[in-house]
Amino acid sequence: MNYFPDEVLEHVFDFISSHKDRNSVSLVCKSWYKIERFSRQRVFIGNCYSISPDRLIARFPGLKSLTLKGKPHFADFNLVPHDWGGFLDPWIRALAKSRIGLEELRLKRMVVSDESLELLSKSFLNFKSLVLVSCEGFTTDGIAAIAANCRFLRELDLQENEVDDHRGHWLSCFPESCTSLVSLNFACLKGEINLGALERLVVRSPNLKSLRLNRAVPLDTLQKILMRAPQVVDLGTGSYVHDPSSEVYNKLKSAFQRCKSIRSLSGFLEVAPRCMSAIYPICTNLTFLNLSYAPGLHGNELTKLIQHCRKLQRLWILDCIGDKGLGVVASTCKELQELRVFPSDPYGAGNAAVTEEGLVLISAGCTKLNSLLYFCQQMTNAALITVAKNCPNFIRFRLCILDPIKPDAVTNQPLDEGFGAIVQSCKGLKRLSLSGLLTDQVFLYIGMYAEQLEMLSIAFAGDSDKGMLYVLNGCKKLRKLEIRDCPFGNAALLEDVGKYETMRSLWMSSCEVTLGGCKTLAEKMPSLSVEIINDTDQMEFSLDDRQKVEKMYLYRTLVGHREDAPEFVWIL
Amino acid sequence: MESGCSKNVEACPQLLDLIPQQRRWHMKREDERRHGSSEEKKLELRLGPPGEDNWSIKIDATKSNNKERDESLLSLGYFPSMNSNAKQTHTFPTPEDHPVGSVLSSPWANTQQHNHQQQTKPPSFLQFSSTAPQTLPVIAKESSQPCCTKAVDLHNAEKTAFSLPPANTSVPPNSSQKRTAPGPVVGWPPIRSFRKNLASSSSSKLASESPSVVPHKVANEKAATEPTGKGLFVKINMDGVPIGRKVDLRAYDSYEKLSTAVDELFRGLLAAQRDSCAGGIVSKQEEEKVITGVLDGSGEYTLVYEDNEGDRMLVGDVPWHMFVSTVKRLRVLKSSELSALSLGSSKQGKMPA
Repeated sequence: MNYFPDEVLEHVFDFISSHKDRNSVSLVCKSWYKIERFSRQRVFIGNCYSISPDRLIARFPGLKSLTLKGKPHFADFNLVPHDWGGFLDPWIRALAKSRIGLEELRLKRMVVSDESLELLSKSFLNFKSLVLVSCEGFTTDGIAAIAANCRFLRELDLQENEVDDHRGHWLSCFPESCTSLVSLNFACLKGEINLGALERLVVRSPNLKSLRLNRAVPLDTLQKILMRAPQVVDLGTGSYVHDPSSEVYNKLKSAFQRCKSIRSLSGFLEVAPRCMSAIYPICTNLTFLNLSYAPGLHGNELTKLIQHCRKLQRLWILDCIGDKGLGVVASTCKELQELRVFPSDPYGAGNAAVTEEGLVLISAGCTKLNSLLYFCQQMTNAALITVAKNCPNFIRFRLCILDPIKPDAVTNQPLDEGFGAIVQSCKGLKRLSLSGLLTDQVFLYIGMYAEQLEMLSIAFAGDSDKGMLYVLNGCKKLRKLEIRDCPFGNAALLEDVGKYETMRSLWMSSCEVTLGGCKTLAEKMPSLSVEIINDTDQMEFSLDDRQKVEKMYLYRTLVGHREDAPEFVWIL
Repeated sequence: MESGCSKNVEACPQLLDLIPQQRRWHMKREDERRHGSSEEKKLELRLGPPGEDNWSIKIDATKSNNKERDESLLSLGYFPSMNSNAKQTHTFPTPEDHPVGSVLSSPWANTQQHNHQQQTKPPSFLQFSSTAPQTLPVIAKESSQPCCTKAVDLHNAEKTAFSLPPANTSVPPNSSQKRTAPGPVVGWPPIRSFRKNLASSSSSKLASESPSVVPHKVANEKAATEPTGKGLFVKINMDGVPIGRKVDLRAYDSYEKLSTAVDELFRGLLAAQRDSCAGGIVSKQEEEKVITGVLDGSGEYTLVYEDNEGDRMLVGDVPWHMFVSTVKRLRVLKSSELSALSLGSSKQGKMPA
């Protein structure tokens, strides 16, 4: 098989960058495995408990970039208790002791401590990029350590983390010699920052392309920054509030006119609608616009803004745009590929919300649409069928009706047919989230048609075990399945236990599975870790096998049961 | 599905189980109050004629709702879907075209009926005769309409038995609906904490950036603050009183008013506690002691709060609106114990029960 010297194969493998492809390459034969592992620089670990740091280090000595994910997805919605796990610390300590020259670390839903950040900053001379998404457990002191010690830092990207803000001197910790910054995102920080330090940092970072500010940065600082960094490509404003008749605002307008490179715009954490006209010049070239944190922007101001954005590919907005506003999007943004509509008033009466009409308009106008996240008041089968016909290219389709078991708003039927149409038409669908009134029928459709489906999220749906079985039997590429409040029980769980080894994880909460069922599964499949999460202060959590399990999370693992589980997590 | 919220729903079923007497007492009080305030009417779960502020998933932090939920889990069954009939949107036919009964029955009728054609014939059973929605209001009080009860009975006979919605292990399981989402549901809608309070926080410039984030130092705690669009309800506990209350901070505009509210909320409870401590000897002469001086340290009790960073702070230092934007929960502590506690940064943990 091996007619080429190793160096040639290595060179060929350099062109193979996707994780899936490299994983496949390593399975071909022993020598390919060996060559691949020594040349691998980027590793993605979707569940930090599926493998141990030591094995990672042993297999990939050339590791430069590591991506780690910790808590299950439903942790985003407070379904996973705070101390469940996902700690970065053991990984950093193991990597620090090794000879690995880590340059990039990307974390999602992990618990990160200041100590870990400090150790990270001091252990890897060439460390370049830190991306933290939905993480927690650290303070701005940890960020300060990164700023101070990583001499060649290019990227510091904090997205939606829970950061304890000790009122920032962290920005001042970037040494004067640090001129390598390309990307800085601190929008999620809540506290004040040193505005002078920020300006000076921007001035000495000629390569700065991406800058996302937090709410504490006022408009006049934004204007000064833009004057010094007109090369910026991705901008997140801080507070966007000012008197539109002021001198500062005029300067801002001219600053924006100089920024010919901005393609991505977000922020507006605080917004004065009358100041939006300053942005019109950059709207023409925008490909990504995120207004999902700006409820102060709606009605005419919003639609006027959108009408300038003809090249938009990704749009994140609040539902106060309304169906009519979505109609404006549909007629303006013909290049749109991704749309996310978030609820502005999730628990309210929903007067400003969007309905199925807005979605239909979008599907008719934006035929390139392939990714959708849509929070709405109501939906109909007819609308979904229309959407399926108009947009057969969906890769991600996530629909959330604010009332989780609402039927078709016109016919009062379950929404089985609508979702069925989606999975039948969108042959490349990889991710699907369901809501509304749904019976086992929708799962039959999913099992039959959703051949590429990798992730499925289900809530308050189905009638019986059959629903879950249709999915498990039908979706061959399923990797992540998360279920809450559905009548699926042991029969469905135990029908094909081998299936779970082909998946990353399964979450089931408030379903019908019992302790006995989970125990049986754990016994039959030692390669799985079956966790029972019991966080409801129950005084008598009986060990009766017939007891229903409130939260179960199972995942395949090569390293057995984790040892850092808190006392409310019981690993069977 | 994306994003989420947390509520105190899980705390309440246990409450109901452990102290049934208290619950009944609460119910009475809530009923008395309800007839007055229209604000609370908005927070009830009810079905009414189109145009009214109808049922939708609200976080209602008042105890009454939890009691309602418990009592009327059955009657609230599929009425969420009934509501869709009542809502005024241009796509909706008039309510008469869609007998309410069809909603109740359709999902569980027969799965065999679901084929590729749309079902045009609503099942005929469970039809209510001549029901304009007005006759149906399922207001979750003890006085529910008899026809609704009947509907529920019929309905229950049809269904398979599901267990209760999340964390209801202490409520006796019966054949109530599994998939109903009556009232607030944990983790629904699925949005991240960052997105939960945008509507209320946008107005206040001084509001902290990430609204209503559950401080993570407080392990395993359900959200202590639950804004309902306009209301900002925070938990308030008092030393010596095992049951907490919730108070809507937006109903007040000054510390003095809050202080008065604290007195109103706990005066009776405190007296009841003292009575029971005294071995249940109820002395009619025993006056309820007014709770005063909670703000200046002069009284027997002092008001403290926990802010959005998890720190315990004395109430009264910052301007009222700033306080409202950072407060997560309140406590009424015995002044004598104040020095013993550590105020300020506390990374360790929950507020002691």
